[in-house]
Amino acid sequence: MSPYSAHTEENDLSIPHATTCVAMRCVGGVVMAGDRRATSGNLISHRSMEKVVQADDFSGVAIAGAAGPAMEMIKLFQLQLEHYEKVEGQTLSLEGKANQLSMFVRSNLPAAMQGLVVVPIFAGFDLLSKSGRLWDYDVTGGRYEEKDFVATGSGMLHASTVMRVSWRRDLAVDDAIKLCARALWEASDADSATGGPDALRGIYPVVASITQDGWSAVDDKSLATIYKEIAKEVGAR
Amino acid sequence: MSMPYYVPPEQFMKDRADYARKGIARGRTLVALQYANGIAIISENPSTTLHKISEIYDRIAFAGVGKYNEFDQLRVAGVRAADLKGYQFSRQDVDARSLTNQYAQILSQMFSEAPKPMEVELLVAEIGIDSKGDRLFHVLYDGTVLDEKGFCVLGGDSESVLERLRGTFKSEMTLKDALKSAIAALSSADRKLSHEELEVAVLERNGRRRCFRRIEDSEIKSLAG
Repeated sequence: MSPYSAHTEENDLSIPHATTCVAMRCVGGVVMAGDRRATSGNLISHRSMEKVVQADDFSGVAIAGAAGPAMEMIKLFQLQLEHYEKVEGQTLSLEGKANQLSMFVRSNLPAAMQGLVVVPIFAGFDLLSKSGRLWDYDVTGGRYEEKDFVATGSGMLHASTVMRVSWRRDLAVDDAIKLCARALWEASDADSATGGPDALRGIYPVVASITQDGWSAVDDKSLATIYKEIAKEVGAR
Repeated sequence: MSMPYYVPPEQFMKDRADYARKGIARGRTLVALQYANGIAIISENPSTTLHKISEIYDRIAFAGVGKYNEFDQLRVAGVRAADLKGYQFSRQDVDARSLTNQYAQILSQMFSEAPKPMEVELLVAEIGIDSKGDRLFHVLYDGTVLDEKGFCVLGGDSESVLERLRGTFKSEMTLKDALKSAIAALSSADRKLSHEELEVAVLERNGRRRCFRRIEDSEIKSLAG
């Protein structure tokens, strides 16, 4: 059981929590995705939160956990990467970035013990090895590189089951985008804290790929098409 | 007990100014000029890794001439100050004018109090939403700030370069023409500069957050021939 979900049961602080995010490797890079819902206890506090954000040109962070500290951590992380790049005149290696994020998570440990858990996923395109790489973390700052896929947040169990069944090492970027969208669909179907696609308001999960061309977010129009297909398929069951 | 010699303040300042000017004059010249879509900064620099021109913030660039370690120290201090301000308040609150004032304070203090003045001249450039918002702040070794319009020249043989640039500069030039004009100004009658000897960077209105871009050798070659 994840440290994140272990906490939500005993934690009755009514602060916003960010929920499910996924990431997977694919041919030529990685794809990351996250739903848009933030919850405070059993209430929806935000419908359009962005938990998957670009960290720099070739990497992104996805965050689950207490929204306030999580957003602050992302802001500081982005700043750190850009600051390093400007001062040193070159970017940090992908491994260096992953390590840096690990230190931020570790420094959040005292807050995590109070219930303000932040558990990120870090993914990016490694310009040295010319491949996509991804890491997940535990609350103590433990950093684990994954070779296939990873999920975090309250809907992680359902999302990772979907990926476990369908993930293949030779997935093309487009197929990986569809699989991530599907994983979030199933998570939102079974987990009340995970938001599904909201066609009424035009709010869709944030899905982005990172390849040697850099970060590229999937636009809402394409996501609407993908989710229409999924809905059609599910409706025909 | 020996008495220290009396040095009149005029003499003291003049000695220091001469010292700083000599150090700066040993270095190569740098040119910055506005063009239609931003600001271009061009300098003679044989090194491809030790930069004279660099990014400070989203819309702000820095350039230094003179002693490398001294202006690099100021560059890093500027990046730190800008990043800190942007983090603490908002990215919109970081501006060239305030940064320039900080540089001027440091340089004027070093000029009158430190064991030796800094042998540097700085440029803090910022691009606005349109060319009216562009800024070129030129800071001298003693902390004097010049708010330049259109173009400016730093360091080395600045007088003759400035003279040549005045003849060719036009407002709203294309990047290609701006580069050509700057390279012609930096070259003298007996010395033509090749693209490998140049360091070029621009702040361009590109619609993105970070407007700073280095122009690599191959692009300089294709632009300025």
